[in-house]
Amino acid sequence: MIEAKTYTSTRNSCKLCAPLGASMVFKGIEGCVPLIHGSQGCATYIRRYMISHYKEPVDIASSNFSEESTVFGGSKNFITGIENIIKQYKPNVIGIASTCLSETIGEDIPGHIRHYKESHEADGSHIPTFIHTSTPSYSGSHAEGFHNTVLAAVKAIAKHGKTVETLNIFPGMVSPADIRYLKELLEDFGIKYVLFPDFSETLDNEYTSEYQLIPTGGTPMIDIEHIGDSKSTIEFGTSFNKTVNRTKDIGTLQTAGEWLQSTYYIRNYQIPLPIGIEASDKFIKTLEEISGKPVPEKHRKERGRLVDAYVDAHKYVFGKKALIYGEEDFVTAMADWLKEIGIEAFWIKGTDFETLREKADEFKPDFLLGNSKGYYIARELKIPLVRVGFPIHDRFGATRIHHIGYRGTQELFDQVVNALIEYKQENSPIGYKYL
Amino acid sequence: MGHILDDRQKQVSIAGANERTIDCNKASLAGSVSQRACVFCGSRVVLYPIVDALHVIHGPIGCAAYTWDIRGSLSSGPELHRLSYCTDLQERDVIFGGEKKLYASIIELIDLHKPKAAFIYTTCIVGVIGDDVEQICRTIEKEKGIPIIPVQAPGFQGSKKDGYKVACEAIFTLVGTKSKPFTPAKSINILGDFNLAGELWILLEYYKKMGVHVNATITGDGRVDDICNAHNAALNVVQCSGSMNYLAKMMKDEYGIPSMRVSYFGIEDMSDALYDVARFFKDDDMMDKARELVKEEFTKLIPQLAWYKERLTGKKAAIYVGGAFKAISLVKALRLIGVQSVIVGSQTGTTEDYELIKQLCDEGTIIVDDSNPVELSHFVKEKQADIFIGGVKERPIAHKIGLGFCDHNHERKEPLAGYEGMLNFAKEIYATAMSPVWKFTK
Repeated sequence: MIEAKTYTSTRNSCKLCAPLGASMVFKGIEGCVPLIHGSQGCATYIRRYMISHYKEPVDIASSNFSEESTVFGGSKNFITGIENIIKQYKPNVIGIASTCLSETIGEDIPGHIRHYKESHEADGSHIPTFIHTSTPSYSGSHAEGFHNTVLAAVKAIAKHGKTVETLNIFPGMVSPADIRYLKELLEDFGIKYVLFPDFSETLDNEYTSEYQLIPTGGTPMIDIEHIGDSKSTIEFGTSFNKTVNRTKDIGTLQTAGEWLQSTYYIRNYQIPLPIGIEASDKFIKTLEEISGKPVPEKHRKERGRLVDAYVDAHKYVFGKKALIYGEEDFVTAMADWLKEIGIEAFWIKGTDFETLREKADEFKPDFLLGNSKGYYIARELKIPLVRVGFPIHDRFGATRIHHIGYRGTQELFDQVVNALIEYKQENSPIGYKYL
Repeated sequence: MGHILDDRQKQVSIAGANERTIDCNKASLAGSVSQRACVFCGSRVVLYPIVDALHVIHGPIGCAAYTWDIRGSLSSGPELHRLSYCTDLQERDVIFGGEKKLYASIIELIDLHKPKAAFIYTTCIVGVIGDDVEQICRTIEKEKGIPIIPVQAPGFQGSKKDGYKVACEAIFTLVGTKSKPFTPAKSINILGDFNLAGELWILLEYYKKMGVHVNATITGDGRVDDICNAHNAALNVVQCSGSMNYLAKMMKDEYGIPSMRVSYFGIEDMSDALYDVARFFKDDDMMDKARELVKEEFTKLIPQLAWYKERLTGKKAAIYVGGAFKAISLVKALRLIGVQSVIVGSQTGTTEDYELIKQLCDEGTIIVDDSNPVELSHFVKEKQADIFIGGVKERPIAHKIGLGFCDHNHERKEPLAGYEGMLNFAKEIYATAMSPVWKFTK
């Protein structure tokens, strides 16, 4: 990581806004429809952005602020919005994310919710559960929006009763393939778990032939309620809220795992995203400790095959240089993994793409590793881009990219090795057929 | 129709079945999951293709990030429009104001890029915190000697369509500010083509063959100097009338430039767009050249289209696009290849557009304004459509229920305008309707 000359403006932003992160979390709750309390554009832009990545329907409602709601308050639009969501979707849960507009004019969303409940409880109609998260775009990025929403949901829903042998796992902004892998791994270990948020189906659904208004899947509400009963928590990512520049709430922000630990004394294992052998070992060791069982044979062999692959291909990666970007937890995990295989990683904290592009001239990377938005830099430098993370708007299969654990690392490793080999082969005057 | 919210019932109509005029031109219903975006989006998509201007978004990061390189509007020269600049307002800016940050941002970016002009977009939050963006623009304009144009586009101040108007006002501030030494008498401005997949260049070729001089292209492959000189054209030829009619009207009022509404989609509308221009100039030679061009294109195209028509006849299409005028062309273009339109809708159509659609379409066609996923998915099932024509947000609706899909929006990579565009359109409809994969979705 290095420091770079900063411009006042943000030029080709690497980050997105907080309500997008909130929407992802809400999509990972069973029976949930997200509502963004703000202008129509916020919901539509976020839908478009997520649809282009997941290639799935992403229905997000908006309270559609008008001039009138901006001046006199958005309660009327909020209530209408809730009523229409219920009429159209009959959701079990409505996840409400605020916006910079609703936060700036001081909307009292909890008050609106109370008001709605009070006026509808009397008539005996079914009232969904409401989860509210504060996600002004001027504070933090989509990554903070994601984490804050996990915390908000846990605070609102988790109850504390009798402690049971269950593990909470909060994987963060990983891919549907990553989530499916985690579930398989935990099942192989025989660990009872609550994984939250689980958008492995809702944002990567099978072909349904009917339009599912709310796609099947997501963490069931009953499971989220039991989060407070669990014995321990694993959460991926170590940078969250350590660096956010906020004028209020400094020092009071916690991750969901930290909150559960300080409130219900649930042991929190906060570990880096398990990318690479060392990080995955740490994760697996944690699971061994929690379960009291050794790693299942299947996964031990995956590690062995990964080591074997490292050995076979080590020369093709050693000494290479990678320019990486993305959410901080993701980037630090990637950087540690690259170091593990002898690749020098270059990244800039809190930067934008134009700064990266300018710095790339000095650093001279061999390839880029990150989401599809860095493609223009790779194109200009005529070097490969290995697409990982979010968003991937120019390829298919973003939901199936597996990043974590031994198996995910294996997939990433093959991709990186082959990208480098292909580059060399394509630029070779001979066009050889063997390595 | 129980799947349509009560407050939206009047925004849906059936051709032939009821005389009701469709209710449109209104704000989206909260909670309806409208496919529309906001005022900011409307202004941004229209101004975006001006390639040698700086586009700076004064607001939070989302507004900039989601509109970075959003349209496939190609440039024959500079590509400044493809960069996304934002003041990325933080909490402290919201409290203390973002004026200084905006000033510094614009100055540094002008120094970096030396643009011909700068468009400064305001967003929801700036509309609330009250930064004096106009004053900053005036100051910098004096300092740097280029037009700095505020685009007042807080998202909540109307719908996407209001954003078009804001964009037209911004463009209009440039019109008439400079005159080129010579503008030919028989020259037109092309309004409302955004050069998606290079479509504008196809049109330029046609007009060139007819001997028509194209003065300014607004805004596809747009240049600030051309727009400044737009008042010297004899005629405004307006496509995508939803976004550009307002500019044409202002130019008529101020400079007396007449305008005509055209469409470049489908062969009938495309040919009319050429003939109407020749007719306007009352130029027999120009008309002969237009006829020759049309004849030549038809000779090539008609047999090819016949091949597609034979295979596609009986297929049914659902259309849901941004502007209703485009929907009208699409109905006609689909008919040409044997495809019947059973649902026709748009985000921003006008009463006149919808009346025209009603007359044009077969009895029973569902006509809808400002629809949403719940309605659209019901409609296509009900009408048993085979193909959906729309934009990014409609694609998963179509695919999840086993319909073919054709992207007729910002992100298309093949030109769909003009005669070759019609052939591409037929090819794409064929490719999506006839794919063997549908056997697995039945």
